[in-house]
Amino acid sequence: MSYVLPPVPSVDQVAVEQRAAAFTKRSIKTSAKKAALAFTVRMIDLTTLEGADTPGKVLRLCRKAMRPALDPQVPSVAAVCVYPTMVGVALRELAGSGVKVASVATAFPSGQSFLDVRLDEVRRTVELGADEIDMVINRGAWLAGDVARVHDEIASIKQACGPAHLKVILETGELGTYDQVRKASQVAMDAGADFIKTSTGKVSPAATLPVTLVMLEAIRDHFHATGRVVGMKPAGGIRTAKQAWQYLVMVKETLGDAWLTPDRFRLGASSLLNDVLLQWERARTGHYESVRSLSDD
Amino acid sequence: MSAARRKRSGAPERVPVAKTYKLYVGGAFVRSESGQTSRQTDPEGRFVANVSKASRKDFRDAVRAARAAQGGWARKSAFNRSQILFRIAETLEDRRSLFEHTLVEQGGFAAAEAAAEVSSAVDRVFWYAGWADKFTQVLGNVNPVASPFFNFSMPEPMGVVVLLPSLRSPLVGLVSAILPAIVSGNTVVALVDGELLTPALDLGEAIATSDVPGGVVNILTGRHAELLPHAAAHMDVDAVGLWSADVGMRTALQTAAADNVKRVRVHDDPERAAWRDPAAESLYRIDEFVEIKTAWHPIGT
Repeated sequence: MSYVLPPVPSVDQVAVEQRAAAFTKRSIKTSAKKAALAFTVRMIDLTTLEGADTPGKVLRLCRKAMRPALDPQVPSVAAVCVYPTMVGVALRELAGSGVKVASVATAFPSGQSFLDVRLDEVRRTVELGADEIDMVINRGAWLAGDVARVHDEIASIKQACGPAHLKVILETGELGTYDQVRKASQVAMDAGADFIKTSTGKVSPAATLPVTLVMLEAIRDHFHATGRVVGMKPAGGIRTAKQAWQYLVMVKETLGDAWLTPDRFRLGASSLLNDVLLQWERARTGHYESVRSLSDD
Repeated sequence: MSAARRKRSGAPERVPVAKTYKLYVGGAFVRSESGQTSRQTDPEGRFVANVSKASRKDFRDAVRAARAAQGGWARKSAFNRSQILFRIAETLEDRRSLFEHTLVEQGGFAAAEAAAEVSSAVDRVFWYAGWADKFTQVLGNVNPVASPFFNFSMPEPMGVVVLLPSLRSPLVGLVSAILPAIVSGNTVVALVDGELLTPALDLGEAIATSDVPGGVVNILTGRHAELLPHAAAHMDVDAVGLWSADVGMRTALQTAAADNVKRVRVHDDPERAAWRDPAAESLYRIDEFVEIKTAWHPIGT
């Protein structure tokens, strides 16, 4: 029996955007700010997904992931996210640190390859030892209206993942409307996604507050309907600490404290960590730190 | 049509559009993050305009913009930088009536002095622009060394320079601070204080239309006493120039600047006529904001 999309509530665009905008108007100061900064670091999937990635660059990124700053109060990030060919390097460097290795498989970022090729990529990446797989949905099929195919592909990739956690990237910047985002979230969760993720970071717009809110509400409703916990990962375009805690507050107010853990929430980012570290130093020393004192990858 | 004639003709009275003077940061005109403004008044104390009053966070944003722009500005060819700086002089000349009007109406300058002030500002920009492709030859050197090396020293920009220009000379004092710093490839954040703030922000508008890339010159109007401690302690600022004889300010600056070994350049703030004197322009103002790099190149025996 082919998959049929269950009835999905339609999204009130104005309400979602107003609600999301409300999160940008709050301010966090002093000790709460320091706690929010540390919290943000714990949620980060520190990412490098460039054609120019080298083992050396991944190595430096892993060291930064484990110990982002000299100050021992700054925690490690949640995971390092790299291309499949770099998983081995990352695993060697991160062994025993508790920092997970995530990898983008399935012909990232477009997903435009044959299903067997994508499945093989996932299996091999998991065999290498990746803890988490970030897949992209088949937007070609989605936009052509072939919902069942999108669902079945995710389900078979979930199977190929075995013990690895599966994050499903919807690439919301290519879906067009909030209603499409809500529907795609539903399909991904029905197909067994452990996390749903906004974007690859290669398409603009990437993560936005309203899109993330729509996805968080889908997760909430799915949890109420089935009892199944699905995590959320906004990714792309989150560059400042201030933006990051807007997401954190939104998660708390939509899904509650239970989701404020790296097991259920991640921030996919690369330059965000540096901004958090700059803010951390500012909070610690009282003066503004220089970007030149931080590594640029 | 005059207001009186319009009234007689029955046309409705026109509501004038007043200008809010905004900060110039990263090539954009922005209000202060704090929402604060100060009142620009004329010499009789009558209200003229609201001028955005920069806060600590505006300063932080301006340093970020200056840092982002610095590499690209320094990598431009010296000749290209000189062309762009010449363009500032052209734009200023074109707007001289605006500046003269402001100096007279808001600053209480006599008409002749206002004209002299603007002329001097244009000439000052022009003079420094000419140095862009020449100062390296004069400040750089080939050094005689007693070993088989070709040894030469070259001036290079320091990076991000914060300027606290003259409180007395609202236009010439400002360009005399900004131009020698940017000619070598530095980017600047100018913190403008004093009785007359509006010409500084009008200068920002002239610079914005002179092909100067956004972030190379950032102009903030605010209180020196409030912003100086943050400027002196900011780790991403490479040098600070201060034109003030105030011993307290000089000491505070030098103490806080020691943390990241900022270059600190302090000068007195002469009377405004002295600022217009050609003696106030000097190659050594360019020299103040460059570092000298010396290279040893083997030449064989």
